[in-house]
Amino acid sequence: MLQKMYDWVDERLDITPMWRDIADHEVPEHVNPAHHFSAFVYCFGGLTFFITVIQILSGMFLTMYYVPDIINAYESVHYLQNEVAFGVIVRGMHHWGASLVIVMMFLHTLRVFFQGAYKKPRELNWVVGVLIFGVMLGLGFTGYLLPWDMKALFATKVGLEIAQTVPVIGPAMKALLAGDAHIIGAQTLTRFFAIHVFFLPGALLGLMGAHFIMIRKQGISGPL
Amino acid sequence: MANKDEVSRRQFLNYTLTGVGGFMAAGMLLPMVRFAIDPIMKQGAGQDMVAVVEEGKITEEPQRFTFKVNQKDGWYESEVTQAAWVFKDKNGDIVALSPICKHLGCTVDWGTDPSHPNQFYCPCHGGRYTKDGTNVKGTPPLAPLDVYKKEVKDGKLYLGQAEPQ
Ligand code: HEM
Ligand code: FES
Repeated sequence: MLQKMYDWVDERLDITPMWRDIADHEVPEHVNPAHHFSAFVYCFGGLTFFITVIQILSGMFLTMYYVPDIINAYESVHYLQNEVAFGVIVRGMHHWGASLVIVMMFLHTLRVFFQGAYKKPRELNWVVGVLIFGVMLGLGFTGYLLPWDMKALFATKVGLEIAQTVPVIGPAMKALLAGDAHIIGAQTLTRFFAIHVFFLPGALLGLMGAHFIMIRKQGISGPL
Repeated sequence: MANKDEVSRRQFLNYTLTGVGGFMAAGMLLPMVRFAIDPIMKQGAGQDMVAVVEEGKITEEPQRFTFKVNQKDGWYESEVTQAAWVFKDKNGDIVALSPICKHLGCTVDWGTDPSHPNQFYCPCHGGRYTKDGTNVKGTPPLAPLDVYKKEVKDGKLYLGQAEPQ
């Protein structure tokens, strides 16, 4: 049945070469932990991607209940966590995933660094990787404010003060992020929400696309 | 036939299409960018002067006074409490300092560091300021405490926006 459906589509659109080109490649022996156990270090990039998928999915579902409004934000998080079936799990996935994704990304970066895999011809992919790193930290920073509790508010106050210490453009950067030169309030929460849920995930998807296209073109580095 | 200096048909089309495309992209992006950067283009309305304390109560020792101001945060208006450290300096002039640390924004207190009883002290990272608000070299803050705009009317001290010294 499935095979028939596949054939029906394939006959009209010739989709086999498309997925073959993307997916039909042997895993080189030196990156396969089944051959050399130490090759598990090659998994961290994939694990980062896996957790990013969890973040995007769980985040999308959280927005079904969450409201970015200073009066209701805390209550909406409290409600989705305590009253909604599996709320603790979905919020927990997003909450713990946010830290885990940074850990995995860091381990992936360490592997690339210590193996020297960033060297020619892969310099550009290192640059893209550093941009991804920045976007991830941005997602963690903007997401942290959203529950609008005391910890979120004061962590953001400190974070924005740090942004303000940048020479010359610091104060403008802070105002641009906070939505007001002095107040951290209603406009800050809506801005952070927009950045967290639309702008940075959009940038992240674009950068990850570039990251993966370059990997497909250049192959995995090594063996050492 | 085709002169070197002449613009070829291909070049002409490339230029015009790029130009038109550029205008379309700019026309699309301009409103959005201006919309996003409004907070840095808008001049803050400034804060109204509010009565804080009777002039007679102000001593040479800094005292902390709180006062309520109406705050307009976009569409959200509310009453928030602000605080000021107020004292009279040697010449008898009133000084009103903001308690917000210029390092990372904690709240400073007067004389709470036992080894520097005549300074402002920030508990977060040990920032210190002399009585006139000047940051002590070697502690984290890089600027003096903000001063409130002030005005004395009918024997009362009125404070406005806090501004960098
Ligand atoms: C890789 C990407 C992401 C990271 C690292 C991240 C990080 C975070 C963090 C640290 C929080 C605070 C969680 C807490 O206090 O328990 C948060 C909250 C939130 N995030 Fe994300 N996030 C990511 C992607 C997304 C996406 C794609 C969406 C939506 C489309 C989203 C929607 C939300 C919402 C609605 C909240 C508030 C609910 C809550 O605090 O539990 N996130 N995020
Ligand atoms: S915030 Fe006051 S010393 Fe750091």
